[in-house]
Formats: sequence, structure tokens, C-alpha cells
Amino acid sequence: MFALPFLFFVVVIVVAVAWLVGIYNGLVGARNVVKNAWSQIDVQLKRRHDLIPNLMETVKGYMAHERGTLEAVTKARQQAIDIAGSTEDRIKAENALSQTLRSLFAVAESYPDLKANQNFMALQEELASTENKIGFARQAYNDAVLRLNNRIQMFPSNIIAGMFNFQMETFFQVETPEDRQVPQVKF
Amino acid sequence: MWELVQANRRRAATLVVVMAALLFFVGYAGGEALAPGGGMAGLFIAFVIWVALTLVSYYQGDTIFLTLSGARKIEKSDNPVLFNVVEEMSIAAGLPKVPDIYIMDEAAPNAFATGRDPQHAVVAVTAGLLETLNREELQGVIAHELGHVNNRDVLYMMMVGVMMGAIVMLADVGARVLYFGGGRRRTSSSSGGQGQAIIALVAIVLMILAPILAQLIYLALSRRREYLADACSALYTRYPEGLASALEKISRATVPLASASRATAPMYIVNPLGVTARGLADLTSTHPPTSERIRILRAMAGGAGLPRYNDAFRTVTGRPVGVVPFSALQDAPHVGAAAPTAPDASSRLKRVRQTTDMLWRLNQYVTIACSCGTTLKVPPAYLGRDISCPHCAAVHRVQAPAA
Repeated sequence: MFALPFLFFVVVIVVAVAWLVGIYNGLVGARNVVKNAWSQIDVQLKRRHDLIPNLMETVKGYMAHERGTLEAVTKARQQAIDIAGSTEDRIKAENALSQTLRSLFAVAESYPDLKANQNFMALQEELASTENKIGFARQAYNDAVLRLNNRIQMFPSNIIAGMFNFQMETFFQVETPEDRQVPQVKF
Repeated sequence: MWELVQANRRRAATLVVVMAALLFFVGYAGGEALAPGGGMAGLFIAFVIWVALTLVSYYQGDTIFLTLSGARKIEKSDNPVLFNVVEEMSIAAGLPKVPDIYIMDEAAPNAFATGRDPQHAVVAVTAGLLETLNREELQGVIAHELGHVNNRDVLYMMMVGVMMGAIVMLADVGARVLYFGGGRRRTSSSSGGQGQAIIALVAIVLMILAPILAQLIYLALSRRREYLADACSALYTRYPEGLASALEKISRATVPLASASRATAPMYIVNPLGVTARGLADLTSTHPPTSERIRILRAMAGGAGLPRYNDAFRTVTGRPVGVVPFSALQDAPHVGAAAPTAPDASSRLKRVRQTTDMLWRLNQYVTIACSCGTTLKVPPAYLGRDISCPHCAAVHRVQAPAA
């Protein structure tokens, strides 16, 4: 006769534990998505650093008179690589690199020979696409952060998040109005 | 979108069970009818066929579809722009791996995705698509396909296609046996008479069932998944106009896709069958009217998130309930669309040239640049050692393409 209420009690406990485990796993999953999205940004930034020396090598012969523009890109790249400070400093350095690259490609517009160079065209496509990838990785990262932060703040997952000390993540903010747009490639 | 993922997995599992029931019934009844007590043997054969069909449709479904559509795998060097666009969209969609990229040598602009999960996904596009669309439009189309991958539509569509296609094929074979095999053997032995009659009966039943089953392919695939893939495309690209303008261009094309059949048609971004077939199939079509899809995308008014698509869908169709599942709306970020940028300056001519050059290379043609400005394309079947230019008559040595 005691078996039935006892069984009911056990079922309720099991269901409640399963529910809590589900919320916990959801939080861990959301946090992993954020980490993965961040590593994607890293991969693309690294790729951009690797592409720039090739670009410099290609344009050097054509743009001898644009020493200032070329040096600005090289310097901005070195600064972006060397930076060891906070994430915010890194973002600042990478944004500066984007700016110098943009002005380099703007200057290249007035060199028809360079524009017709196969190697340059391939590098331009690669760099433009890397820029797009950084933008889309940032977009995916911010969406993932939003989902994680929502879960950490909203009931009932906020209770579990508090118990296991889940931290809110910060968004990857963009600095200039141009950066706010999804970057688009110009041929 | 986990509701969708679960729903697609559930449907795929249901399909496997229904196929089991159908095959076991046919196997048992067929065995019992051919020889009393042969039911168990029939059941066993049906079981073997069922296991084979399930494994093949799960593990080899993508290969079958790609072979049927004549698609070939390409590498990054073949078309860097397409590769970059797929990589960009994979990042935006958060896929664990960049899908394999296939190309179909077809003039009709179209695309499809297949594969059993995001780890084994494939995107296939036609040469016509690469020629017709600029970069933003291509992004929209690829993002739509990756939406299908992320929502696991690809798994279910692939399994339905292979299993139903197999039944239709079996029915065809049965019909041929009935027509051509029946008469020839009639005189061979008298004992075969009863068996022949039963085979004929089974064949007739299958012939009646096959078109109904083919129709089921269409009924099983709801139009909803196309709307949802559009919504995903807007979300990933943050630029609904890209897909809208791509759909406009694709639907304007009048060339039908030669390699598409009724079994593969549901997988494409826009119904690939000819204009006449499109008109007839409208009632049962797996694809919503393209004009409606375009109007919804354009009604998103500066937004790009799932909630905004849902609102636009309700406004345009006048339906009280939206398409996006509740759980996805709960979790969805409200995001704005990107501002339109300067139009992509790459001309259609340039894209056509790039695409055809790629196809020449893929077909193992040897290209020779003549000093008079002509580019000679020598087919791999050319046996001669030298070839002369048709314009300036200069003689060139033909060398095998570097592998």
C-alpha cells in the first residue's frame, strides 16, 4: 500500500533531475558554441596575417610610389600580431589593419596593370573573402553570446547557471559605421 | 531550430518503419502465394532488401543523387569565388565542417544540398547559377542550402527520394517482366502457369502503387521547409534582398534542368522541372510559389532575424500562424539587415567566361593560347600530335594537361 506514493515520489524526482540535467547541458552547449565561434574569428585573423606578406610582395613592383600606404599596412599587421593585451586591444588593432588594407585597395584602383595581374586578383579575392569571413564569424559569435547570456539571465535556467557559476560573455563590438555593415566584396 | 531537427529525424525513422511494414507484407504475401509455406522465405528476402535499402539510402543516398544529377566534385582552384562563398556561409551558419562542393554542367540556374548530417553535407550548383548570379545573390542561395543542412531537411529528403525511387524502379522492372517475359515462357511448362499469374498480379499491383508512391514523395515534403530555409538564408547573410533577387533571376530562366526528375525535383532551391510541368504540378508542388517567397523576403523591411521573417510571412500570405516554430522564435536574436552595398561590378560576361573555362578544365580539355589572341580548346579525344589555329593557321604542339 505504501508502494504507490513512493513510486510516484521516485518518478517525480527522476523527472526533475532529468529536467535540470537538460538545462545544465543546454548551458554547456551554448558556452561551447561561443568558444567555437571565437576560435573561428581567430582562424580568420591568422589567415589574414599570413596573406598580407604575399600581397606586399605582389604590389611592391607596381606601387613603388605608394611607400606610405604599403608601410602603413606592414606596420598595422605587425602591431596586430604583436598585441598581447586584452581582447579589446586586439579588436582595435585588427580594425586598424582593416582600415589600412581598405586604403591600399582603394589606391590600387588607379593602377590598371596591377588590377590585371592574376596573382593580385587572386589575393584580392582571398583577402576580401577573409574579411567577409571575419564579419560572419563575428556575427555568429555575437548571436551565440546573446543566446548564452539570455539563458544565464532568464528563469529557470538562471538558477542552474548561478549554481555552476556560468559567466556572461561580452559581445564583439564594432567600432566604425563601415564595420557595422556586413562586408561585401568588390571586384 | 531543434524542433525541426527532431521532426526531420522522427520522420526519417518513421519512413524506415513504414518501409519495413510495406516490404514485409509484400514479401510474406508474395512468398505464400508462390508456394504454400513460402511466406517465411519471402519475409526473409524482404528483410534483406529492407536492410540494404535502409543502409544504402542513409550512407549512399548523397552519392546516388549526385550521380543521378551528373554533379562533379570541384576543388578550390577550380572556382575560388564559389569556394569562398560556401566557406563564408558555413561560418555564418555555424556548420562544423565546410560542405563538399559539386558542380553540374547545366545551363539552368539551380542548386541543391544533400548529405545525412552537417558533417557529411554536399552543396551542388549548376554552371548556369554561377553565370547568372552575382556574389550577394550566390551567398543568398548557398545560405538557403546550408539552412536545409542545419535543419536536417537533407537527411529526410535524401531517404525519401532513394526509398520511393527504389520502389518506382522495382515497379518498372516488374512491368517489363510482365510485358516481355510473360509471353515467351508460357509454353515452357504447365506448372509455371500459376506462378506466372501471381507475378503478373503483383506487377500490376506495383504498377498501380508506384505513381501513388511517387505522389507521396510530394505530399511528405511540406512547403514549410522551403520557407524556413529562406528564413535561415536571411539570417545567415543578414541580407534578404540577395536571395530575393537570386530567386527572381532563377525563376525567370526558361531552360529546364535536364538532369532533374520527379524524384530529385524536391531537393532543388526552385522547382527544376520545365514550365509546363511546373504549371501542372502547382497543386501538389513541393515548392511554394517563387513570387510569394520573393515578396516575403522583400517585406522584411530592414530586418533579417527569424521573428521578422515570421511577421513578413504572415503579412504577405495573410495566414494567422507563421512558419517559424515557437522554440526557434523564443531563442532568436532580433537583428537588422545589412545596408545594400555598391552593386557587384563583376560582369555577367566575366562570370560566363570563368565558368566555361572551369568546365573545359574539368572535362580534361587542353587549352592553347595562340599568339593571334585565339584560345584553342582541344578535346581529350584528339589523337593528333599537332593542331593548327583556325584563325592564323599557326601550328601548335598538343600536350596532355598537367594532372
